[in-house]
Amino acid sequence: MADQYDLLVLGSGPGGYVAAIRGAQLGLKVGIVERELLGGICLNWGCIPTKALLRSAEVFNQMKHAASYGLAADNIRADIDAVVKRSRGVAKQLNQGVTHLMRKNKITVHMGTGVIKGAGQVEVTGEKGTEVLSAKHVIVATGARARDLPFAKADGDRIWTYRHAMVPPAMPTKLLVIGSGAIGIEFASFYNDMGADVTVVEMMDRIVPVEDADVSAFLEKSLTKQGITILTGAGVESIATSAAGVKAKIKGKDGNSAEHDFSHVIVAVGIVPNTENIGLEALGVAAERGIIAIDGYGRTNVPGVWAIGDVTPGPWLAHKASHEGVIAAEAIAQALGNTEVHPHPMDRLNIPGCTYCHPQVASVGLTEAKAKEAGHEVKVGTFPFIGNGKAIALGEAEGFIKTVFDAQTGELLGAHMIGAEVTELIQGYVVGKTLETTEAELMHTVFAHPTLSEMMHESVLAAYGRALHI
Amino acid sequence: MPIQIKMPALSPTMEEGTLAKWLVKVGDKVSSGDIMAEIETDKATMEFEAVDEGTVVAIEVAEGTEGVKVGTVIATIAGEDDGDAAPAAAAVSAPAPAPVAPMPAPVAAPAAAPVAAAPAPAPAPVAAAGDRIVASPLAKRIASEKGIDLGTVTGSGPHGRIIKADLDVAAPKAAVAAPAAVPAPVAAPVAAPAAAPFSTDIPHEAVKLSSMRKTIARRLTEAKATVPHYYLTVDISLDKLLKLRAELNAALAGEGVKLSVNDLLIKALGKALMLAPDANVSFAGDNLIRYSRADIAVAVSIPGGLITPIVTGADVKSISAIQKDMADLAARAKAGKLAPHEYQGGTASLSNLGMFGIKQFVAVINPPQGMIMAIGAGEKRPYVIDDALGIATVMSATGSFDHRAIDGAEGAQLMQAFKTLVEAPLALVA
Repeated sequence: MADQYDLLVLGSGPGGYVAAIRGAQLGLKVGIVERELLGGICLNWGCIPTKALLRSAEVFNQMKHAASYGLAADNIRADIDAVVKRSRGVAKQLNQGVTHLMRKNKITVHMGTGVIKGAGQVEVTGEKGTEVLSAKHVIVATGARARDLPFAKADGDRIWTYRHAMVPPAMPTKLLVIGSGAIGIEFASFYNDMGADVTVVEMMDRIVPVEDADVSAFLEKSLTKQGITILTGAGVESIATSAAGVKAKIKGKDGNSAEHDFSHVIVAVGIVPNTENIGLEALGVAAERGIIAIDGYGRTNVPGVWAIGDVTPGPWLAHKASHEGVIAAEAIAQALGNTEVHPHPMDRLNIPGCTYCHPQVASVGLTEAKAKEAGHEVKVGTFPFIGNGKAIALGEAEGFIKTVFDAQTGELLGAHMIGAEVTELIQGYVVGKTLETTEAELMHTVFAHPTLSEMMHESVLAAYGRALHI
Repeated sequence: MPIQIKMPALSPTMEEGTLAKWLVKVGDKVSSGDIMAEIETDKATMEFEAVDEGTVVAIEVAEGTEGVKVGTVIATIAGEDDGDAAPAAAAVSAPAPAPVAPMPAPVAAPAAAPVAAAPAPAPAPVAAAGDRIVASPLAKRIASEKGIDLGTVTGSGPHGRIIKADLDVAAPKAAVAAPAAVPAPVAAPVAAPAAAPFSTDIPHEAVKLSSMRKTIARRLTEAKATVPHYYLTVDISLDKLLKLRAELNAALAGEGVKLSVNDLLIKALGKALMLAPDANVSFAGDNLIRYSRADIAVAVSIPGGLITPIVTGADVKSISAIQKDMADLAARAKAGKLAPHEYQGGTASLSNLGMFGIKQFVAVINPPQGMIMAIGAGEKRPYVIDDALGIATVMSATGSFDHRAIDGAEGAQLMQAFKTLVEAPLALVA
């Protein structure tokens, strides 16, 4: 029997639906299986709705500081229900956008839970019953979910995951955030701006531990100034909920434990890949702690089974999943005889990371410490927002841009930013890094004035002792 | 001072190898040029020479170890100023970091040296002056620092752009003088699929792939998947060539030289490539590499696979010199003792299955070469000679061409030149 599909994608998040579209563009017959909502976590319960929430917080924050811009805004207040409603509306709009994209690309959507039954056989169980689909290639793009703390199982009432925090049953008054990765810090920043009293607990010795140490230190200082309590080198030992709220026992840096009262808790201690019960074990797909092993193109050890996104080694970011989806779809088209496509394997050092707290954090490549660890002799440049005209005009003079170069070759090893709009700036360095520019091309580039991007130029110049405005 | 001996990169693409055999043991004194070990790469077994003088104080990697990564410390020798061996050994195991010897350059050197027997013509120009080489700024800078000629590097980036990763394995300039002018792309566009569990009910045994078999699988899959092949076949009368060969062998009998038909065909292909230079080319991303010398890679079957030792300058070499080269190369190929420069590169290939009675076949191009000539059996066939039907010894030769580099008419000109040279073979000795 001929296969129904050239390519069947399990999961329609930013990895899965992009892989499906790329496959369709290359002339493949593509189907996609989704158990819940097209667009996956990212645009329904992740990246996008949180950005909508944070935008509300940002506007609110600016309203609070209206006077510093010469404006008057009296009696301002936040309506959490309306803010959440706006966020859900944004997610809904994008969800419909994905539905449209699937139709436009003639991708068949199968709503239901997919299980790989054998080589190229996927059983989908949905509301309408069970059907078995066949495909030459299957991409596993089933994503991930929040990791639970054994002693603090999320109940949606007092103890929340990111998902509850996005549609809160009540506005928290005193909030505990466990974990200071991107998700934890974004919610801490949001609820702080919305008026909650927020405490962040991080086991490592600094917050946003994957970022450059200078960025962590700057962010900690900034969030503290905004009123957030930050406890690093600390751990939550127990959580007890009652009708009145939550009692958390926190062991501090000094080794002493103490009880603290909170109204709510957000658990943001990482993610777990959704790789159980979809038939991978029976097929013999190699995985370590649920994370599927792949080559640079998304191939697993089982022919015809591919994996992308959060089910594979990190970083666990939507844009990384999308890019892997494109690469895998192209490699599959190539395997099916297309000689026009030339997929290139993923380079993990060129994946940007963004955290949308206030101030924003963005980075790409190696931190200064990691670059040194890797044996590079480095040149490092830093330029502060306070030296940039546009930043001062915006009233956003807080932050800096740091660049790390290999002293010998001039290779841009990494860039690390904190401050207003840096999540939009980072891409300039990512393009440069992908093109393998050296400091020379970056120095020769003309940056528009007045823009925040001038700081990117200055940071490069600073690495070579040539900064102009400092 | 103790010197760490590291797993050498014996070819530009070598990432790991098997430490086949140690020829020294702890306590042995070695001096520069002594053979220390035999190392098996994906293509061949190579002798590993000592670069420094001293006493072997530690063997770090046991013989027979597979998959030893390039750069892994495999042994430690104590230099002459280290006094006796024992304290040096202690010094090595001490946490104090031993000074790391640079990648032993002289080990790579034999690969770079031109073949002694070859008349050493000027290296093939790989890019005409003024041709733009597409490379990232970082790649350009690293190349200039390491002394790598970017014209000799094949890019693996978009549209063949040379990126940093292509240089991490590229040899410095010295090695470029070897005929391996255009190293194969490092990152194969078609990576071999990861090992898959294979299940069958048919009685069978699973034979672990040798590194050579893996390389053959990868290279040929890549070639067939990425190179647009087309094929041209001609029938060629061999009678005059056979007659010439008999005469030459009679004349050379005193010197103990016996030319094979294949030796003459190697010469004919070499010369034909110079007569039809549009077919003596390589496709290299944004460049077309036009060779000014014909190096013929000859497919040789060896236990467990095949290898293509190269007769350099086949266009200018005498047929007896080709015969000597081939006898030497084939013998060492079968023993697995070819150096990388002796089987990497080449401007075209020749594969002969005539001895098996194969009438005609099409061969897979060995990139970055632009063509391969497949030779069938010479057999008596009805043949029109001077407008009359007669009997002639005829063979069918089929050229496979890379259409990206060689158009049909250009390929046809090569086939025509080859046919003419074989049918009027005196030109081969002129």
